[in-house]
Amino acid sequence: MHWIIERPDGDVRGALVGVLRAVLAGGMVEALLVPLRHPAGDALAPALVKDPALLDLADPLAPVLPLNGARLVSMLTQRPPRPRIAAVLRNCEIRALVELVKLQQASLEGLVLIGVECTGTYEVQDYARIARGEPRAAFALRPACQMCEYPAPAVSEAIPGLEMVIQQIGLYGSAALHVETSAAWASRLGLAAIDDAGPHDEALRQLLVERSAARDRMLAEVRARTASPAGLAAFFSTCIRCHNCMTNCPICYCKTCFFKTDVFDHDPLQFVAWATRKGASRLPADTLLFHLTRMNHMSTSCVGCGLCTSACPAGISVGSAFRAVALRTQALFDYVPGRSLDEAPPVKTFEVNELGELGEG
Amino acid sequence: MSESVFEPRIVAFLCNWCTYTGADLAGTSRLQYPPNVRIIRLMCSGAVDVSYVLKPLLEGADGVLIGGCHPGDCHYQEGNYKARRRIAILEESLKGMGLDERRVRLRWISASEGALFAETIRRFTDDLRQLGPNPVRTLWTM
Repeated sequence: MHWIIERPDGDVRGALVGVLRAVLAGGMVEALLVPLRHPAGDALAPALVKDPALLDLADPLAPVLPLNGARLVSMLTQRPPRPRIAAVLRNCEIRALVELVKLQQASLEGLVLIGVECTGTYEVQDYARIARGEPRAAFALRPACQMCEYPAPAVSEAIPGLEMVIQQIGLYGSAALHVETSAAWASRLGLAAIDDAGPHDEALRQLLVERSAARDRMLAEVRARTASPAGLAAFFSTCIRCHNCMTNCPICYCKTCFFKTDVFDHDPLQFVAWATRKGASRLPADTLLFHLTRMNHMSTSCVGCGLCTSACPAGISVGSAFRAVALRTQALFDYVPGRSLDEAPPVKTFEVNELGELGEG
Repeated sequence: MSESVFEPRIVAFLCNWCTYTGADLAGTSRLQYPPNVRIIRLMCSGAVDVSYVLKPLLEGADGVLIGGCHPGDCHYQEGNYKARRRIAILEESLKGMGLDERRVRLRWISASEGALFAETIRRFTDDLRQLGPNPVRTLWTM
């Protein structure tokens, strides 16, 4: 159901701060995870807020995503005793969180999720310049956001704990905060019911059409660039195997990832042997092995948040390559990461009869 | 190495209980098959991480064979079903990233199927001869 808080002065963020304060001060949770405006002035920093007064700094609508909050919720809920917290998250964060819960790296127990619709985020450096007064039009949204077909979380039984969604799509300039939630939560927070969702639903439909078209266009470009082994090598030509993409990935949770072990501390003469065979050997070694292995390990759960691309110091469109592969691997099992808590991740389960003749001679 | 004398190199990961024993049977039965395969024994096809397959492929092996027990026959109940999913995902990722998924082959071969093992190696070797050398072998950028 749709609800609103009228805000004649147009301060929608102020209305949202009021809602968050009601959640925190109402005693339903003991702390609230939300991005706060950093005193630095040009950055948002996720914070676990205990003091309702500090919620004046809350700005979950700001178009920037320094990291995927699913990793933070994992940190806060991975083992008991678990705090009762609320978390304000975008859909890519909620979807990644659902995957982490299914992979037993986080828990929804006692967790209240407040979803925020997202019209796209900017790179952290670009957002800083926007915050200092440069026009938004001078910057492009992060590529992952340009092709995101899941901008809007939806309150449903598939994701327990997702109690409300703050709507933004199609509502720019509206003098009210629009919220999708249950009647129980609405009365608790003093929201007024509306029958007409306004331009929101149509704008969302339109946005999905645009985003899907952008996705097809951008991924076709990736496919063209990686159509051959040489093209694949060129795509990742500047990789320095720093592992930033993996570190920033909400799905890659393994603490003992074998790419960080001494398996790859090859004997020095081994490098000479490789160089002898191929004439030369690209260093650091195993860069493509790293990316391809990671694609195999995690792409079925990839939510396409694109923070791998944002973390890459070498300017590689890691996330686009991963999405191109993820679309294929997810389609194999008709799996949409983050869709429902009840669907097991493909790598965690199997069917006795599946995958056609694979394995048969 | 010129085209005319191209001999494919196959790395095979075989499960201890079925396919490796099947390969052993092929040998003790004096069955002939091409000497193009280098066998690595694992306890289960479910123990094959995709990196084991990717590493030789990216280094220039012409083919990688994964051999396991027939569905329902896994010594560990379900290792081969997990292997099947992993290889299905691997094939999709290879297709998506410009690598030839035909260089990877998963086959169920039981301990009593020595003849099937020999035939599998013959056919894979022939197919790889048709495909030609793995282009990655001479690509220093990979």
